[in-house]
Amino acid sequence: MLTPATANDVTDKGDAAGDALVLRHLSKEYRAGVPVLKDINLEIPGSGLTAIIGPSGTGKSTLIRCINRLVQPTSGEILYGGQDLAKLGGAAMREARRRIGMVFQEYNLVERLTVMENLLCGRLGYVSAWRVWLRRFPQRDIDHAFSLLEAVGLAGFENRRADALSGGQRQRVGIARAVMQEPKIILADEPTSSLDPKTSVEIMELLRNLGAERNIPVVVNIHNVELARRFATRIVGMTGGRVVYDGSPGDLTDKDLNTIYGGENWLE
Amino acid sequence: MTVTEALHHDWQRFTLAQKLSRYAFYLASVAALVISLRTIEVIPEFLYDAPTQMADLITRMWPLDWTYLQPTLTALIETLHIATVGTFLAVLMAVPIGLLAARNVTPSAPINLFAKFVFVTSRSVNSLIWALLFVAVFGPGPLAGTMAIAFRSIGFTGKLFAEALEEANMGSIEALTASGASRFSTLLMGYWPQARPAFWSIALFRWDINIRESAVLGLVGAGGIGVALETAMSLLYWDQVAVVLLAIFAVVVLAEIIVTTVRTRLI
Repeated sequence: MLTPATANDVTDKGDAAGDALVLRHLSKEYRAGVPVLKDINLEIPGSGLTAIIGPSGTGKSTLIRCINRLVQPTSGEILYGGQDLAKLGGAAMREARRRIGMVFQEYNLVERLTVMENLLCGRLGYVSAWRVWLRRFPQRDIDHAFSLLEAVGLAGFENRRADALSGGQRQRVGIARAVMQEPKIILADEPTSSLDPKTSVEIMELLRNLGAERNIPVVVNIHNVELARRFATRIVGMTGGRVVYDGSPGDLTDKDLNTIYGGENWLE
Repeated sequence: MTVTEALHHDWQRFTLAQKLSRYAFYLASVAALVISLRTIEVIPEFLYDAPTQMADLITRMWPLDWTYLQPTLTALIETLHIATVGTFLAVLMAVPIGLLAARNVTPSAPINLFAKFVFVTSRSVNSLIWALLFVAVFGPGPLAGTMAIAFRSIGFTGKLFAEALEEANMGSIEALTASGASRFSTLLMGYWPQARPAFWSIALFRWDINIRESAVLGLVGAGGIGVALETAMSLLYWDQVAVVLLAIFAVVVLAEIIVTTVRTRLI
């Protein structure tokens, strides 16, 4: 069950919708001449859950990793908060990254650290390395971490080691870590692909609710079309490194799915 | 044709070329053994004589000269100090160089190569040779021994620490990078927690080796129990030599026990 966020939660509730994210002519080639992303043009508004669907190897992960520059785009612009993220480097890039929360398929927790330490990892962009070393995080961060643990249904787990948790619990920690950044946008790369169907639904609910409470946009790469239909306010379909569908979940037809995934026998 | 026949495929683990090269390797090993047996030139007189010589040595060692225990223990403490301080200094120097050697922490091939060059230099020189060098620098005594142990150990501890860092799960590192963490914070919260058990294990293991290595450093005047051994041996006081050997044996066993106990608690 999903515990609703508590009232004293440190959030940006009541703020106007966040900044829109605009991708212009974004391309990525890992090897010269073999583009993975081909001239992507996309605008993510300041709120709502956008699901990116498409077959494996079509560049969904690359797209989402270009936004926070875990992958360097070959060309194009990533306009966000009045900056072109594609051109940032060094301290400016780190500063931009801390406003972008990210959730991973394999959770990517530091397994040997406790749940609390993993949550505090979300504050590494804000806290000096010296304080990190001594684990002297600001009291505000610790309070925030405790309220988030409660919000994701892991109250009382703060001293458990991450490697002692189940997949669903780990992903909740991963999401809480991203929210600890007080991000203005959340990116999630296949957050449910390693989880069972019931947990997948809970994780999607959590992502949607956290985004809605904070009025920030959530961008989710997802394989499961049903989950995308159920939780997204908007669906982007990709195939072969291009956007081939962009619209509301209600308008997504079998014909569109054929365009995205190819073939038709799988569609019953 | 039946279905089973249609499904029949040949599969072999090695290709013909792989098989031939494996047989060639076996053949070369046997040839090497035969050739070396022919050229080893064992002098039979020495072999026939060996039991008598050993018996003679043992009778000279017995009874043990317990009056020599006092200077032996003093020297033993010095040996423990040489090994411990030497390991500490080695680890202190090995950690920064290990960070430079790990390809994921320092993604620069020339720097990795430089760090690995330092490790190879440290490892390729035997601790007795390092000791001779430092005896020339600091004069005879435990300081030379400590430095010899430290410089000899940099390569071992640094190389293994770098390998432990390279085995870190890069997903966790990616997540910390994505949160805007600085490189130093990523080291503290990403790499270090993952490499920490290996680090302590390596340091303890090297300390264990260094206890044994520092026991012989005295042979070249670099302090420790080796000095007591060297003195007794050159005076042909075999009953005293036996006391020293027994002490070394006891401390090596003790170190082994300590290392095993601490390691099981750490990991």
